[in-house]
Amino acid sequence: MSITIKYFASLREAVGQAEQQCQISAVGCNAAELWAQINGSIALPDNSLVAINKNYASLDARVNDGDEVAFFPPVTGG
Amino acid sequence: MPVILQDFEFSPYQRLQEYEEQCCKPGESGATVNFIGSLRDMHEGSPVEAMTIECYPDMALQEIEQVCEESAKQWQIHHFLVMHRYGRVEPGDALVLVAIWSTHRQQAFDACRYIIHHLKHKAPFWKQEHHGDNNRWLESNTNDEGVGQC
Repeated sequence: MSITIKYFASLREAVGQAEQQCQISAVGCNAAELWAQINGSIALPDNSLVAINKNYASLDARVNDGDEVAFFPPVTGG
Repeated sequence: MPVILQDFEFSPYQRLQEYEEQCCKPGESGATVNFIGSLRDMHEGSPVEAMTIECYPDMALQEIEQVCEESAKQWQIHHFLVMHRYGRVEPGDALVLVAIWSTHRQQAFDACRYIIHHLKHKAPFWKQEHHGDNNRWLESNTNDEGVGQC
């Protein structure tokens, strides 16, 4: 399945890119498993947040074909 | 009831005046509460030369609009205007504006406080301070006491 992955702030710097398109074979993987498949050598910090299709989601939320998955640290706006 | 994200400087007082002249009916609102957040030149004892605000624009807009809709269900709001800056900002620049027009002051105060609190904790923005050659991501926001949860 085809997934768009976005990274922001310190996670963007850790990964070295802001966005990537990936094809993964595993059907029904969750966000944490997606991170592990794509960025296996980089530990995802415990306080990281995930959004799927621009809505907050948990790390064990299922990722589907065509989803946009974003990984980012705690937000600090305002 | 606009929510505006922009990557260039804005004058909050000018935008407030323009919005009020264009969108607010004279005599409609008895209370207007404005919150303006600006970049300080010091943070935790260190001088701040500048800051970069990164954002996830579509999600930030969606989150702020959702918080505004939640506030409109709780309080009688005639108008609101929310602006948030992103990109590079300099000390003294306005970072965020939350303006509420309501019938009475308590409603306007409560709604304004609710929106800025939830914007800070839900909208995907990230601040990186620049101190000379050093750049530092802020890791968390200050917490506001006494603000209801979503």
